[in-house]
Amino acid sequence: MEHTVSAYDDDLKAIARMVTEIGGLAERAVGDSVAALTRLDLALAQRVVAGDKELDRLQHEIEEKAILVIARRQPMANDLREIVGAMRIANDIERIGDLAKNIAKRVVAINGVFPNKQLITGVEHMCEIALQQLKRVLDAFASQDDQAAGAVRQRDDEIDALYTSLFRELLTYMMEDPRNLTFCIHLLFCAKNIERIGDHATNIAESVHYVVTGRSYEEERPKADASIASTISGS
Amino acid sequence: MSAVQATTAFDTVRTPDPANRPIKIHTASVKVTYGQKEALHGVSIDIPEKAVTAFIGPSGCGKSTFLRCINRMNDTIAGARVEGTIKLDDQDIYDPDLDVVELRARVGMVFQKPNPFPKSIFDNVAYGPRIHGLARSKADLEEIVVTSLQKASLFNEVKDRLSEPGTGLSGGQQQRLCIARAIAVSPEVILMDEPCSALDPIATAKVEELIDELRANFTIVIVTHSMQQAARVSQRTAFFHLGHLIEEGPTDHVFTNPLEQRTQDYITGRFG
Repeated sequence: MEHTVSAYDDDLKAIARMVTEIGGLAERAVGDSVAALTRLDLALAQRVVAGDKELDRLQHEIEEKAILVIARRQPMANDLREIVGAMRIANDIERIGDLAKNIAKRVVAINGVFPNKQLITGVEHMCEIALQQLKRVLDAFASQDDQAAGAVRQRDDEIDALYTSLFRELLTYMMEDPRNLTFCIHLLFCAKNIERIGDHATNIAESVHYVVTGRSYEEERPKADASIASTISGS
Repeated sequence: MSAVQATTAFDTVRTPDPANRPIKIHTASVKVTYGQKEALHGVSIDIPEKAVTAFIGPSGCGKSTFLRCINRMNDTIAGARVEGTIKLDDQDIYDPDLDVVELRARVGMVFQKPNPFPKSIFDNVAYGPRIHGLARSKADLEEIVVTSLQKASLFNEVKDRLSEPGTGLSGGQQQRLCIARAIAVSPEVILMDEPCSALDPIATAKVEELIDELRANFTIVIVTHSMQQAARVSQRTAFFHLGHLIEEGPTDHVFTNPLEQRTQDYITGRFG
């Protein structure tokens, strides 16, 4: 149902639209950063780094707009949850942008040294899933679909498991030949960044759940990141 | 099913009081008819002790009508008929043997427009204790007036002019004078019918601060058109619509996550 004051509806729609927009930008930044990594495309990497400014700007704009609506209209119930949700989600997306930017910066640092194609494939695969997660959770927010958000949250362990196996693989490479160290460490950070992107997608799913139902998830999320337990002797 | 049965079968959505306060006022299936028109179609709600309960809802929803049942103010309206049960501490307030004057001393009321008597500030507050014989001496009466004005956070502003007319005070001060007058007879319950709608934001804030202090000693029921006010001052909120009690629950809950669609539509400003 529409608000009696139609300008209020316009305000809420504008915020939702900006969240969709910043989400789209983040998706592209993540995809581009990993593409730049696999192709060692420095120009693309630099575009990702430069593009992060726009993400930051939009996040600020969403926050300001949300604060204004709170001040002006004193939102209640689902409206209030939607605005708080939009602010939280914009925050997560801004962080996702930072992580993509960090991956892009590492492309510059790796600087053409590229000993193993297979390792990159693993990162690429992680990135595909993370991107799917991000896309699905943003769609879930746009359509206020709690079930879709729940599915995203459940799937995060897949990324965690991939990260753990990649971690072990990189460890092996580093032990085999110390000349691989720089490259492998950069790659490890890239993988970790993608794993963090997955975590932010999960945060967004939790925000969507709160916006739609007014409740927070009670049970712990499934976790499959076992890299903490992996040691050199144990791997 | 006839229309009458349909209205009695209405189910209020309820969320229990997490603080589990004792119940001060118990009401069940309260119906009010003005002549031929039924204004309340069977409202049941328990009002907790020493807490603020807010009644919200659009104009004509029955919230003020219901409030006025609690101290039998509807008796004064010709053609008004009240059915159902209303108990104050397990005592039926519609019991024919009950003394209505005594009831209204136990259940005080503050109205929308400040309505001080055309008397001095002192006499406004002293009026109730005098007619109810609550003061044994002049000193006693003075004591009651001073503490009541203090409790109403008005004393410091008027202590040098207690003999001046109450009508000479500002609107916000007049309203606090009316609250002082209400609490001078040591009521157990204070009913407030939109007590701030004629006040500016500063005076409103002072009255809200006062309400928050008063709930330590009194049971307060407030009718308000301001959702923000209900959210600020009350511990429980009840939403009325078209003579039905739609939903009642903890205020925090009602304003962030109401269970009923109509409650949500109303508090978010979507009422069609």
